[in-house]
Amino acid sequence: MASFAQFGNDLYTGKRSYNIVGRRKIWYGIAAVMILAAIVIPILRGGFIFGIEFRGGSQFQVSHTTDLSQPFASDTVTKVAPASNPRVSIVGGDSVRIQTDQLSDTESVKIQQALASAYNVPVKNVTASFIGATWGQDITRQALTGLVIFVALAAIVMALYFRTWKMSLVAIVALLHDLIITAGFYGIFGIEVTPAAVIGFLTILGYSLYDTVVVFDKIRETTSEDGAESRRTFGESVNLAVNQTLVRSINTSIVAILPVGAILFIGAFALGAGTLRDISLALFVGIIAGTYSTIFIAAPLYAHLRSGEEAIKKRDKRTNAVRQASVTS
Amino acid sequence: MARSTPVKKALRSLTWLLVIVAGLTAINGGAVLWNHASWAPKLALDLEGGTQIILSPVVANGASAPSSQQLEQAVAIIRQRIDASGVSEAEINTQGSQNVVVSIPGIPDQATIDRIESSAKLEFRPVLVSEQAPTSAVGTPSATPTPGASDTPLPSTPSTSPTNASDLAWVTPALQKQFNDFSCDKVDAAGTNVADPKKPLITCDDTSTYKYILGPVEVAGETISDATNGQVTNSQGASTGKWAVNIVFNAKGTKQFAEVTTRLDALTGVRNQFAIVLDGRIISAPTTNAVITDGKPQITGSFTQASSKTLADQLKFGALPIGFKVESKDIISATLGSSQLQSGLLAGLIGLILVVLYSLLQYRTLGLLTVASLVVAAVITYLVVVLLSWREGYRLSLAGVAGLIVAIGITADSFIVYFERIRDELRDGRPLESAVEAGWKRAIRTIVASDTVNFLAAAILFIVAVGNVKGFALTLGLTTIVDLVVVALFTHPMLQIIARRPFFAEGHRFSGLDPKALGAIYRGRATFRDPVNVSASKKASVSREVQKRQTIAERKAAELESQGASTSSKSPKGKDS
Repeated sequence: MASFAQFGNDLYTGKRSYNIVGRRKIWYGIAAVMILAAIVIPILRGGFIFGIEFRGGSQFQVSHTTDLSQPFASDTVTKVAPASNPRVSIVGGDSVRIQTDQLSDTESVKIQQALASAYNVPVKNVTASFIGATWGQDITRQALTGLVIFVALAAIVMALYFRTWKMSLVAIVALLHDLIITAGFYGIFGIEVTPAAVIGFLTILGYSLYDTVVVFDKIRETTSEDGAESRRTFGESVNLAVNQTLVRSINTSIVAILPVGAILFIGAFALGAGTLRDISLALFVGIIAGTYSTIFIAAPLYAHLRSGEEAIKKRDKRTNAVRQASVTS
Repeated sequence: MARSTPVKKALRSLTWLLVIVAGLTAINGGAVLWNHASWAPKLALDLEGGTQIILSPVVANGASAPSSQQLEQAVAIIRQRIDASGVSEAEINTQGSQNVVVSIPGIPDQATIDRIESSAKLEFRPVLVSEQAPTSAVGTPSATPTPGASDTPLPSTPSTSPTNASDLAWVTPALQKQFNDFSCDKVDAAGTNVADPKKPLITCDDTSTYKYILGPVEVAGETISDATNGQVTNSQGASTGKWAVNIVFNAKGTKQFAEVTTRLDALTGVRNQFAIVLDGRIISAPTTNAVITDGKPQITGSFTQASSKTLADQLKFGALPIGFKVESKDIISATLGSSQLQSGLLAGLIGLILVVLYSLLQYRTLGLLTVASLVVAAVITYLVVVLLSWREGYRLSLAGVAGLIVAIGITADSFIVYFERIRDELRDGRPLESAVEAGWKRAIRTIVASDTVNFLAAAILFIVAVGNVKGFALTLGLTTIVDLVVVALFTHPMLQIIARRPFFAEGHRFSGLDPKALGAIYRGRATFRDPVNVSASKKASVSREVQKRQTIAERKAAELESQGASTSSKSPKGKDS
């Protein structure tokens, strides 16, 4: 892969450069559209679909059957209880699992019998249970509390480390972007939110900030090494840093996405819905969003925020003046 | 060849790594030999199954069944109690309208079941009457009530309305008779743990040596804001070796407690005593020697360290709104088949192979170092997981396995950051050995900073969160620390050593560190063209012009800048930082 190494060299020396910081309006626009879609479409669709772990309900499982048609199972249930919102999934390869909203005991018994006769299996092959949420309100509340404390503390730590609150603010904005888009993905495609998905979501929290910190560290280094006589504007320095870390960003996201993709592939195609698919889907979307937001949102936004500062205005003005002079003379 | 300092340092780091791995192995080995621990990590409910305990509520006769709200509350409290005893990834939910189902991986011992099922309802009641309880050794009670006397119902409402909880007017003839007939072996049957808080209560102390009539509840357990266990100290501050539970009341409890102790302090005899009632039994009935206004009483009794910890945890998380008893205890099978774990591991293997192939493609021979580092990380992670599952009850769920697989990517990123830094230094024209040192100085800063953020997320979620999220946080924190240990104690020292091998030092085509492929052009006698100047010149279309017209001062500044870029990150010009 000499060409990729060459690509890295060119990015490092500046022979090849992508004007990421300069085209910030495009990226802001894309981000705004994506975030709007991630918020509006799930609302129009009626919010997230939470798994039985969050809501509780009734569950029926027909084992040892050969008929795995999903509409068939759901029709059987809705004939007995029309408003039960049955959701059917195939488990393993010979069982049909039907989860419904909470049903009365009589309805449960009726459904149990209806399923047994519809699938032509003995009633004992159809189990019915009545379950509450295993992921209670308390887990959600504590997780959210943890989230808020974490974001606040991480913002302080980053502000101290980078010695500017602007980097910290931008990193948090990028984080929110990733979280909204990942969550929106579940809402838009109507994928069930399960505890595994939430855990994947929390992993993204760490990954997104991690990725931003790595790139910001390079930006901080590049911009702080610029002397008073630097021939680059502040925005160009930020852009150079982003370009120089581009190979790192590509390599890291590919390396991170390979195992996740493997889990997603195995989880979704070989096993059907389940923990593996739920956790890897959140990660897959989140890693892509995280890498994108670091390069295309965090870096331009940071340069944008700093561009209003007096010292930087002065420096950019001087740099531009030198260039003007050299072009005209 | 004399060993230079970097090599010495590298060998020292590798020795430390060896010490860590050997130490972890030795601890685990010891645990396997003497404590029946296992070399395999324990698996969570979804992969291994466990025990399902169905708890049904115990309600007083005539009282209504618990509301769904009370059940929800009970589930939350039980979850906190289980979490406080370790990370076990238990599942707790309601079943039907009455029961709480607790699913715990493995087979729980009696202490665990006690921790879950006991309501831990703490009450403070004033003592009205106390007397030595007849022990079974004494034989039949001496004063057998004549059957005829009990035919006439005794008045059970106080003749005069009691003015406070210490008022003896509570002790009606009916209550007195009940007290005389009361036998301490009947405490559990008498339903003292579900007694009406507004009425007096007859009960015994936990050794069944005294029986008491207590006034109505003065201070309820709900007003406890915190509870800890600790050793009792005497007036000299020295530990007495006895265990106690220290309670901190909230504002309401503090006020109530101060009022009660003020009143009791003025009373004499048994009415000066204050009974601390836990689930209907008196755990201690101290005399009131002083008015306690700070709201921080200490409960002593026959505690051990473990029992005081359990009670403190129970009090801290609050009493269950209802008492429970174990209805059934069954072994349940794994919710996910073994095929799920196998598929997960297969996915991990495929992912790992892809990562290895990509690393080799990108970093050539250097990619092998990535692979070796990942192997070391895997070994350490495995040992720590086994250790945690022995000491902390940590269990690996399928989500946990997925988390560990995902960590491959995040761990590999440290190597990528590091290798890219070294390449940057090579591009600047440094020879490999110094490029490794300079690159490391910069890379470790970035790695520490970004790992700190990840670790922060893990630590906070571990402290704050409950249930599954806690287990996840432990996995995340663990992989972050392992990442740091491996990159500092393995990847860097190994690179320091192999950088001296001619294959790498001379930049073989397949070493992944070939300066020519990296754009650094050799100019003769260890001088490379300085690409930073070029980079700046090619950056903007106009800057070639700029460079031509540079003043001497500008050129000097540019040179300084490039030196600054290649020596260390400690730039004196910290204007923008």
